[in-house]
Amino acid sequence: MIDNFVIPLVKILIVLNATLVAVTYMVLLERKVIAWAQSRLGPMRVGPYGILQPVADAVKLMIKEDITPARADKWVFTAAPIITMVPALIVYAVIPFGPEVSLFGRQVTLYITDVNVGLLYIVSVASIGVYGLILAGYASNSKYPLLASLRASAQLISYEVAVTLTLVSVIMVAGSLSMVSIVRAQESQHVWFAFIQPVAFVIFFIGGLAETNRAPFDLPEAEQELTGGFHTEYSGMRFALFFLAEYANIIVVSSVATTLFFGGWLRPFPNVAALSFLDFIPSWTWFLIKSFVFLYIFIWVRATLPRYRYDQLMRLGWKVLIPLAIANLVVTGIVKVLLL
Amino acid sequence: MGQAIAFYTLAAFILGFAVMVISTKDTVHSVLFLVLDFLFVAALYVLLGAPFLAAIQILVYAGGIVVLYLFVVMLVNLKRPPEAHQDPHRMTKFGLGLSVAMLVELGMIGASSYARSAPVLVAPLAAIPVSGNTEEVGWLLYTSYLIPFEIASMLLLVAMIGAILLAKREL
Repeated sequence: MIDNFVIPLVKILIVLNATLVAVTYMVLLERKVIAWAQSRLGPMRVGPYGILQPVADAVKLMIKEDITPARADKWVFTAAPIITMVPALIVYAVIPFGPEVSLFGRQVTLYITDVNVGLLYIVSVASIGVYGLILAGYASNSKYPLLASLRASAQLISYEVAVTLTLVSVIMVAGSLSMVSIVRAQESQHVWFAFIQPVAFVIFFIGGLAETNRAPFDLPEAEQELTGGFHTEYSGMRFALFFLAEYANIIVVSSVATTLFFGGWLRPFPNVAALSFLDFIPSWTWFLIKSFVFLYIFIWVRATLPRYRYDQLMRLGWKVLIPLAIANLVVTGIVKVLLL
Repeated sequence: MGQAIAFYTLAAFILGFAVMVISTKDTVHSVLFLVLDFLFVAALYVLLGAPFLAAIQILVYAGGIVVLYLFVVMLVNLKRPPEAHQDPHRMTKFGLGLSVAMLVELGMIGASSYARSAPVLVAPLAAIPVSGNTEEVGWLLYTSYLIPFEIASMLLLVAMIGAILLAKREL
């Protein structure tokens, strides 16, 4: 009873709430870091150093008037933010934050579930998220959102191919689709996969930037050309759902990158005994630190790079990243066959 | 018991959404019901203990093919039905005949599978030397079903080349 229902439920509640808090504070972090990059202070008024700004933002978005355009397709218009938000959250079901630990005299795994097809589950759930973008643009019955949603979905579909191909080469090295087994494989092979699959990691990261619609690939939200992107007609809490989903997806990409390429919950050099004094730090802390570095890089890239043009974006995706990913796959296969 | 309840609930949803797909007036809504239908079919695969198939079902059908359907439907603006669809009695007899034939066929398949005592497995599962859903599917694809698998991949390749030729007349 306790093992089958209570513990998973508690884990789900913790992960869900931690994610939502992390998402709101990711927004604050982004505003702060970009402000520093531009020699500003960022939010300073709400709480010391603006630390309560996310609360104020949430209250503002919740009490704002929620408008549905008169000519909109009402059912689809209502469903689109939900369709965007749900896949971004249920991906966390298979992300391993740590191994088994004993807690109150009971063995508890620091992940919600470890399914045999974990990585495939992440890819397939993420592929559902594109419906939210398309439908938001379509249901708004308005020019700019429709154009933006076409851009967004074309971008998502193109970069999904490259990202999925890099995941295949990681699967070939790890020999499993399960997220926990992939981390264990990095432990037993004594190397983070970023060092034996550097090309895959770079493609994965660029693809991750494009799939989360982040700068320099934030064309679906290019304010100068499209007023506000596919969510132009949305206001209040529904807009907030799109906003939260975008940041939740960034955290997903960071956690997946950490798990696949940087050893997940493992401490640096897990095979070097001289560093075992680091074991006093709990494993999930390593996971969070590594993910946080990725989140920071996401913001750093946004503050640094200008936006791509649309044709450049498509050329990079189809003519550079996908051939490179296929070549990487072939080389990985050849090396694996020759070494075994 | 629980499995039976889950199966019949899922089956009811699948059939209900399938009916919605063909009865909804708005084409975009129809495509959306198709997505929901595919998601529930994936749930059925999970219930049958085939998580790999469920993930592929979502990835390929719900996340890939139907997105393309949606693109086409959105971009060709089917708000007003084409001329041919305006006659409601068009080919009613033919459709009824097909439905009856289909029903009879399904009944025959059902009757013959009830007559058999146990379901026939193509390859005994004990012969597979690997464990895990994905590994088993991979093993079967590359041993017992290698030729059908290769033929299917050739067909897809030909289709892809054909699509490129049609789209790009000057190469």
